[in-house]
Amino acid sequence: MEPDENATVLLDEKAVGRSLTRIAHEILESNNGAENIALVGIVTRGDLLAAELARRIEQIEGVKVPVGRLDITFYRDDIERYLSPQVFMTDIKFSLEGKTVILVDDVLYTGRTIRAALDALRDFGRPDRVQLAVLIDRGHRELPIRADFVGKNVPSSKTESVSFFHKLIDGRTSVEIRKSSGDHVGSAPVPNAEELARVFQQVLGDEA
Amino acid sequence: MLKHSHLIDITEYSPEEIYEILDTAKSFSEVNSRSIKKLPTLRGRTVINLFLEPSTRTRTSFEIAGKRLSADVINFSASSSSTKKGESLADTAETLAAMNCDICIVRSKMEGAPWLLTRHMNSHIINGGDGCHQHPTQALLDAYTIREQFGGFEGLKVGIVGDVAHSRVAGSLVPLLKMLGAEPVVIGPATLMPSCPDLLGANHSYLLDDVLPDLDVVYMLRIQMERLEGQPLPSLREYSMLYGIDMKRLGMMKPDAIIMHPGPINRGVELSAEAADSPRAKILDQVNAGVAVRMAAMYLLLGGESDGITA
Repeated sequence: MEPDENATVLLDEKAVGRSLTRIAHEILESNNGAENIALVGIVTRGDLLAAELARRIEQIEGVKVPVGRLDITFYRDDIERYLSPQVFMTDIKFSLEGKTVILVDDVLYTGRTIRAALDALRDFGRPDRVQLAVLIDRGHRELPIRADFVGKNVPSSKTESVSFFHKLIDGRTSVEIRKSSGDHVGSAPVPNAEELARVFQQVLGDEA
Repeated sequence: MLKHSHLIDITEYSPEEIYEILDTAKSFSEVNSRSIKKLPTLRGRTVINLFLEPSTRTRTSFEIAGKRLSADVINFSASSSSTKKGESLADTAETLAAMNCDICIVRSKMEGAPWLLTRHMNSHIINGGDGCHQHPTQALLDAYTIREQFGGFEGLKVGIVGDVAHSRVAGSLVPLLKMLGAEPVVIGPATLMPSCPDLLGANHSYLLDDVLPDLDVVYMLRIQMERLEGQPLPSLREYSMLYGIDMKRLGMMKPDAIIMHPGPINRGVELSAEAADSPRAKILDQVNAGVAVRMAAMYLLLGGESDGITA
């Protein structure tokens, strides 16, 4: 599947791969290894990136770090204005106590998603530290939040949308920018919950 | 997003909306299994539980659902309220409306009471059971339980046994199951059957033992003493012999068939104690699903309503 003509590709599959490999190394460097690390990806795309990072960390360090998926829908502060078309399952099967949790998302924009994710994490326990890894930082922050690990900084206009696509869901892996159509500037099309969970496991496990 | 502002009559909803509620409830059921079972979703919203008829489990379930979503839940019950002093339902509604509540759950012995509230209140109304009409959240939690058990509804034979004529549970469950592709059949003595059972849209039978071996779900209704007038049953013992599930009838059921009951159970009447406590009975799963389904209903009714409520 090819991107449509209105889209500009910011990162292609190779570039996304290189960014993720670098972030994996940076995470290990900043935490002195993979001890006590846990990755928590924010659905719908951050969870796939978390799985990609976990796979790379395993390749580099030979350690399997726990990976969770977090749906922040119920922690949003704008339910009267916008309702997610679909709610996904949160799945964090490990304790966060004493861990360094690395939140993973595709695009860092207003910071409101991360604010909600921090609230949500608190309901699962008290990690020692929370860090943030994003593939794209597009600016326009509305809250005092910054990422610890960034794939690429992309200056953008508020009328544009920046989306991450994964080949197992969208047929291509890329980051694209395009003129936004609706008022909600979200990520790529929302996949089916079961398909997403299946792809997540696939990325995490055997998929080379 | 739901196209409706209220949840009063399940037949107004489309299968897509039903599945949206059931899918959302699944996410809430994950929350209910956490050690911290609280979400900030409805912070600052007010939910009024207007229960004009005695109820413990439905009221508690709605109360827990509202509180887990961080809404402020106020219970307003008949015994302690002004309705006892002769206030009309419309006046009660106007009074509650003046206090600006966001959701009002109403349980009443009068059919149509929730609809009346929509005329007098600028809130989302959820029908918590109105007379012999409907009890939509009960039907939704039943559907949720069946889906968890069987994965879907297509072709499932669901026998609804007992006092069908007076049952608001059957009033919501039968159309909901039909909508989702299951095959409901209502079973009971002729005196407890609606005068035109076919109008319900379900098959019917007067003999439980004829259909029992074909059923995937055996849904036992409670014999509601408070709603029975005249003498529809010679005795409870006779009813129990003909329509009650005991271990013998449990043995006649399909090996993977389940027993459901909306509660509270009359032990020894519609269910024997052994049957009620057997692993085939999913009664506590139903109660568990109730909180999640009600959280989903509240969340979906309140969400995305930036322009206020449209009727």
